[in-house]
Amino acid sequence: MNAPQELQLGAARVGAGDTVTLEIDGIAVSVPAGTPLLRAAVAAGVMIPKLCDSRELKPFGSCRLCLVEVEGRKGYPSSCTTPAEAGMKVRTQSPQLAKLRRNVMELYISDHPLDCLTCAANGDCELQDMAGVVGLREVRYGMSGENHFTGAAKDESNPYFSYDPGKCIVCNRCVRACEETQGTFALTIAGRGFGSRVTAGQGGSFMDSDCVSCGACVKACPTATLVEKTVIDLGQAERSVNTTCAYCGVGCGFRAEVKGTQVLRMVPADAGRANEGHACVKGRFAWGYATHPDRITKPMIRAKISDPWREVSWEEALSHTAGEFRRIQAKHGTNSIGAIVSSRCTNEEDYLVQKLVRTAFGNNNVDTCARVCHSPTGYGLKQTLGESAGTQTFKSIEQADVIVVIGANPSDAHPVFASRLKRRVREGAQLIVIDPRAIDLVSSPHVRAAHHLQLRPGTNVAVLSAMAHVIVSENLVDAAFVAERCEARAYADWREFAARAENSPEALEAASGVPAAAVRAAARLYATGGNAAIYYGLGVTEHAQGSTAVIAIANLAMATGNVGREGVGVNPLRGQNNVQGSCDMGSFPHELPGYRHVSDTATRELFERDWGVPIQAEPGLRIPNMLDAALDGSFMGLYCQGEDPAQSDPDTRHVTAALSAMECVVVQDLFVNETAKYAHVFLPGASFLEKDGTFTNAERRISRVRRVMPPLAGKADWETTLALAKVLGYEMHYEHPSEIMDEIARLTPTFAGVSYDKLDRLGSIQWPCNEAAPEGTPTMHVDAFVRGKGRFLITQYVPTDEKVTRRFPLLLTTGRVLSQYNVGAQTRRTANTDFYAADLLEIHPHDAEERGIGEGDRVAIESRVGRTLLPATLTERVAPGVVYTTFHFPESGANVITTENSDWATNCPEYKVTAVQVSRSGGT
Amino acid sequence: MKLEKLIAMANQIGSFFEAMPDREQAIADIAGHLSRSWEPRMRQQILACLGTIDEEQLKPLVREALRRF
Repeated sequence: MNAPQELQLGAARVGAGDTVTLEIDGIAVSVPAGTPLLRAAVAAGVMIPKLCDSRELKPFGSCRLCLVEVEGRKGYPSSCTTPAEAGMKVRTQSPQLAKLRRNVMELYISDHPLDCLTCAANGDCELQDMAGVVGLREVRYGMSGENHFTGAAKDESNPYFSYDPGKCIVCNRCVRACEETQGTFALTIAGRGFGSRVTAGQGGSFMDSDCVSCGACVKACPTATLVEKTVIDLGQAERSVNTTCAYCGVGCGFRAEVKGTQVLRMVPADAGRANEGHACVKGRFAWGYATHPDRITKPMIRAKISDPWREVSWEEALSHTAGEFRRIQAKHGTNSIGAIVSSRCTNEEDYLVQKLVRTAFGNNNVDTCARVCHSPTGYGLKQTLGESAGTQTFKSIEQADVIVVIGANPSDAHPVFASRLKRRVREGAQLIVIDPRAIDLVSSPHVRAAHHLQLRPGTNVAVLSAMAHVIVSENLVDAAFVAERCEARAYADWREFAARAENSPEALEAASGVPAAAVRAAARLYATGGNAAIYYGLGVTEHAQGSTAVIAIANLAMATGNVGREGVGVNPLRGQNNVQGSCDMGSFPHELPGYRHVSDTATRELFERDWGVPIQAEPGLRIPNMLDAALDGSFMGLYCQGEDPAQSDPDTRHVTAALSAMECVVVQDLFVNETAKYAHVFLPGASFLEKDGTFTNAERRISRVRRVMPPLAGKADWETTLALAKVLGYEMHYEHPSEIMDEIARLTPTFAGVSYDKLDRLGSIQWPCNEAAPEGTPTMHVDAFVRGKGRFLITQYVPTDEKVTRRFPLLLTTGRVLSQYNVGAQTRRTANTDFYAADLLEIHPHDAEERGIGEGDRVAIESRVGRTLLPATLTERVAPGVVYTTFHFPESGANVITTENSDWATNCPEYKVTAVQVSRSGGT
Repeated sequence: MKLEKLIAMANQIGSFFEAMPDREQAIADIAGHLSRSWEPRMRQQILACLGTIDEEQLKPLVREALRRF
């Protein structure tokens, strides 16, 4: 069992100089020169009292508790701000130091309420701990003096934490955490002397400030000044469990603090390599959905979707499902059923579902919801670099000099990574943003993009090709890298293509709307600014030319030699926690685990021997193909685990018509989602808190998910799939998900060295992990590309078929906000709705004025396929001619208006470009 | 599945590969892409339409690629 709380060692920052040896309390210790003495003392096993220091923050030197004596020097320097030097002799304990520290503590305590026994931090209070450490026995100033701010009202405005100014010791840790860790700069210390207090924004409440509720301040607070409301309500934890967040593709490590089976709080783990102790409002606070009353904990069936649900036993639900699937196959053929795998579920669960399809179903009709987000990444990076994955660690950005963010909005969708990015920009890296919308990164506190290429939706390839033109025509290519690392003929073809006048920024300006000079400047900066790294998201992939854009990005990185070392690379920001993993696990209809095509005889035989069944050599149906086939009567049964196509997939009318046409739809989920309205069987799912397994994040990092509480419905999702396989006559034998991972490792070369034992030992592993790289591969393509030579491909810009007309003169593009997550099934069932309670339509004031639309007006948005209503908000974040919305709330019907257009290579939907008209609505 | 949709999808694939300088390779790549990513009933449906529809609806390279199945 883990300790309930993590030990606060402090002063984690280690110097960068040569190793020096010094003495601390007579103990010789060697550390890099520049390491704070406080940290060097930890290496010597000496704990120096401290209050204002925190391991994730820069040394501050305000609390005067960590004073030490240094032989030959006058005074009592603070050890957190004094760098280690060779030959130093440091004393951390002496009668004078003890007296000074007690004096300091007396001053703190004289202005602090002595309600320790009833305080929320009782048992987890550093002030209390330090009072004990320094031996405080009296307070000469008495306890009856003025206790500043104890009468002041607490700020309870934030749904998740409370701010009590009366308990503040003005250590500045919260303010520094907001600046250094999160990079929001929402907090400050207002007033002077006894009047000093933490203030959010301009002195209003936390909710009225720029605070993004990441919780960094709460974590940093050494007292109960900033504390989680769950801790106030329920007290301290009994135990903790290390696990991995189930929201976005950053994959933050968390310590779930638990009492019995009740989660008290989720604290970002300092040892989590993806997040290094940081979190966002979703992972940190929005976990209450796991025990929301809407959870379905009993299986349900019904004969027709118009019938009411009937609760049944697991046995009845599963045997009914098996019977229906076999009946459908007998009537419509082996290939008439299939499954959708979830990028929210674990690797082991995804592996099992595709195994179920290929064995018990006997076909390849398995697809993952990654189809509708990052499937073009898989295709584009495999074709060019040789592996369907990003090239770097998140930490790699600390070495980047130029950062390109294209079609991604990290501060909303990947906030913990955004904090790293902003920190690097504050340190001096240059930022290029390519996005139709002025995302926060374009201009936020202490961050300003050097270039914002505000292109028209649908023209990524035009802009990327124009950048390639500049790099080629201005001789900015890293010729040595290309000659050594890339295919010569493919490069020559691409070079000739890129150099054509038709690909110049000037020629493509009319299409993209981006001034040629801006494209030229951005391309020059990318090619010549030092280490240059590209980060991209669904604003690249969810287009008719999504795969082409991914290829174009890889071309730029290869041409400039920005692959194969830290600080550079091609980095897809995955939307969901296990998009990378679900793709790795063979959840695509054309690929077995490890991205090996089903037509490859040797691979197929490997799995056939292990699984004991023949595997079809032809690809199965993708999700959009399944829906089309349902409408023509050849695909009639679907097992849908942890996915909600009726809300998340484009052209809702088409999706629901297809689901309605099927004879048996089985939904396995936490809640009755939109798809479940068209289902005949509902199997209760389990949240990430209720099961063991692994997730793989956008860095290819495999991290453990550990069971924190028992499954509410009695089964983890992997157990449900096993049970379904059994009633279908294909028994699988696993006692624990670790055994599933052992099978994955046995059959998948890139996972050959992965095991739960190794994950427990190392904390996490980035694949490939095999004999050549037994502890994983942080940076890919170091000496050679996975495919051997890098392959340039020509990326001709082809305008989308989704064109504006007089009837549909605006382009709608979509995205998400910080506090909500995808279709909102989880976050809508938390207090995150306090931050964002409804989808809005962003429209430029000029477009709004032309239509007589004011702030907050309800407007109708009509596309070629549908119509919906949303409240409007007027903003210059979007350019004239472009409107934007999110898709977190089903009643908004954002996907009622998106079309069936899709990427040429993968059928990933073109969510990002829909021609629409917007008009004031009377509410109909 | 709707034939018009399959034709549009095939033409999209053709649009990518027709930019390649080697025509023969482009045709082979189109055929390869259809073979490796389209489920057989989709391929069969579009192959079955050859000779029965106005083949001008298909890009020339796509027509060539389909004839090689």
